Amino acid sequence: MSQIADRIISDPGLENGVAGLTTEKIQKVVNRMLEGETGAKLKAYRETCMRCGLCSQACHFYVSHDNDPSYSPVNKATETMYELMDKKGKVEPQRIYEMAQMAYTECNLCKRCAHYCPVGIDTGYIMSMVRRICYLLDVVPQYIRDTAHSHASTMNQMWVKDDEWIDSLQWQEDEARDEFPGLRIPLDKEGADVYYSVIAPEPKFRTQLIYQAAAIMNAAGIDWTMPSEPGWDNSDMCMFVGDFENMGRLKRAHYESAQKLRVKRIVMGECGHAFRSVYDMGNRWLGHKKMPVPVIHAVEFYHELMTQGKLKITHKYEKPVTIQDPCNIIRGKGLMDKLRDVVHFLCEEVVEMTPNREHNYCCCAGGGVINCGPPFKNTRMTGNRIKADQLRATGVKDVVIPCHNCHGGLEDIIGYYDLGMHGKFIGDIIYELMEKPEM
Amino acid sequence: MTEIYTFVSGPLAWVAFGIFIIGSIYRLVSMYALAKAKDGSSLAYMSLPFGLRSILNWMIPFNTMGWKGDPLMTVATFVFHIGFLVVAVFLGAHVVLWDTNFGISIPSLPDVAGDIVSFAVIAACAIFAYRRIALPHVKGVTRGKDWFALIIVALPFITGVLAYHQVGPVLLMTILHVLAAELLLALIPFTRLSHALFVLFTRAYMGSEFGGVRNARDW
Ligand code: SF4
Ligand code: SF4
Ligand code: SF4
Repeated sequence: MSQIADRIISDPGLENGVAGLTTEKIQKVVNRMLEGETGAKLKAYRETCMRCGLCSQACHFYVSHDNDPSYSPVNKATETMYELMDKKGKVEPQRIYEMAQMAYTECNLCKRCAHYCPVGIDTGYIMSMVRRICYLLDVVPQYIRDTAHSHASTMNQMWVKDDEWIDSLQWQEDEARDEFPGLRIPLDKEGADVYYSVIAPEPKFRTQLIYQAAAIMNAAGIDWTMPSEPGWDNSDMCMFVGDFENMGRLKRAHYESAQKLRVKRIVMGECGHAFRSVYDMGNRWLGHKKMPVPVIHAVEFYHELMTQGKLKITHKYEKPVTIQDPCNIIRGKGLMDKLRDVVHFLCEEVVEMTPNREHNYCCCAGGGVINCGPPFKNTRMTGNRIKADQLRATGVKDVVIPCHNCHGGLEDIIGYYDLGMHGKFIGDIIYELMEKPEM
Repeated sequence: MTEIYTFVSGPLAWVAFGIFIIGSIYRLVSMYALAKAKDGSSLAYMSLPFGLRSILNWMIPFNTMGWKGDPLMTVATFVFHIGFLVVAVFLGAHVVLWDTNFGISIPSLPDVAGDIVSFAVIAACAIFAYRRIALPHVKGVTRGKDWFALIIVALPFITGVLAYHQVGPVLLMTILHVLAAELLLALIPFTRLSHALFVLFTRAYMGSEFGGVRNARDW
């Protein structure tokens, strides 16, 4: 069995954070957090866990490291939260470094282990609470910390300035009008049926996705809008850092910008973690049991367009594809059937990965792990050999991936294991197959 | 010796039952109070149908991913828990006990069957112990508390079998058996064995989340 202490990775955020700690300070913060924020759920988990180890087989980290027990869910919980609880926070600063590395980079919070634990222990939740403690101790990997700071300062993940945002949208509208005369990206249209929100990396790096979304909205005749003001970014690294205060601010801004425009509902682009933040975590932090504005994910939206006959394609995608099930919308919202309906509608042949649907393996990018940046890239690559095996076994070249994070994660895996495959958003495929005006 | 027997099977038994019942109520009530105070965003999603759906699915051997993945553990778990209840309630000697102390009469298990089930429970405990020693992913997370819990559940069965087969002085073995059972009962609320109290709730919560919010299976 390996030890976390033997695989410490140098990261300025973790190093500088730990340098400022003393055991007394750790104790104070841990106990304040455990008494003030967690309750019966965590306590019952610690007590009810029988250390049976059944959850080990669930975790892609464990499986990909030849069943190294150090990566099993129960071991991760034992070496972090349970130890902090047992010792009432009385640990050395270096131990916090190890715990932070485990919690931020060796768990994707994908909750696959939930299918394996007989007593129903949610290791993903436990690791989120470890992250919360590390955040309060200011021991956070630098890259994701930076991103969270960008959120906190600009209300978007990529430090996109307010005018740059509007500029990007207008630029895409302009470009798209060459291909689709009359196309509009309506800004701040009050009372629209659909408020379309994206993650900040879209205007920053993947502007063509906004272009494609606009093309689809226009072709389907949707009454839609995009907001010009902060709140447009639905992504949320604060959630993964453990900065729940800013997670709350972000989600409030998102909901409120939609409420201000009195739109009927929010349609989110193809992203998994953002959906988790809106549907699972941010809303609860704000005290909403149901969404204050109805929110649906792109997969649900495409499904609607398909069933209503508004999604028109000229032909089917000919090459065989496989489907990546993004945990946050599959295990998080149960969109596995809708996702399949849409992909089968678009593509001739689908070769499934096994296991799939809610038993899928995470891409290993999720839970903010990819956002911890280059120092931890190998953690993701070696931690998900199983995904490479799964992908290779399908024998296909195209992977449908309706999640930004999964995209980044899988592209890395495909490169590292030399699989020669490519990821596609559903939007990419629809755009490719849709009817376009003669040029 | 007989006085000791009368004492352990009389007043001490009442004490053990008392600690078990009051202790369990105390643990459940205080846990619920804590949940109400701190876990509102989870309690809000508790759902009876989805909770039951999850509990039922996990009560079927080999129905879940977890049970499928480790057949030996699955068999041991089911044999242990079913055997435990069957012996504790329906063993001939225990049925007499229910009748004389509480005036409840229930059918009793034939002696041979009771004996076989007791051995099966001991075998299951041996499998649990084997896993803790031999499997790296279990060994690494095993602590003293886990061994303690395993030993206190195994003891009443081991002493019971010894007493029944008249290995060693019968009366002494019987006294030890009763003592072990009382110890077990009294410690359930305060050791790892408290999972007997909490598992329904942790399972039901996971089931509610997966059923009601995540629209997915949790098995
Ligand atoms: S990565 Fe997923 S399966 Fe592994 S411990 Fe974390 S939540 Fe569980
Ligand atoms: S499967 Fe559940 S009870 Fe068993 S060790 Fe893992 S978390 Fe604990
Ligand atoms: S990035 Fe995708 S697969 Fe990975 S956790 Fe998120 S949704 Fe899951």
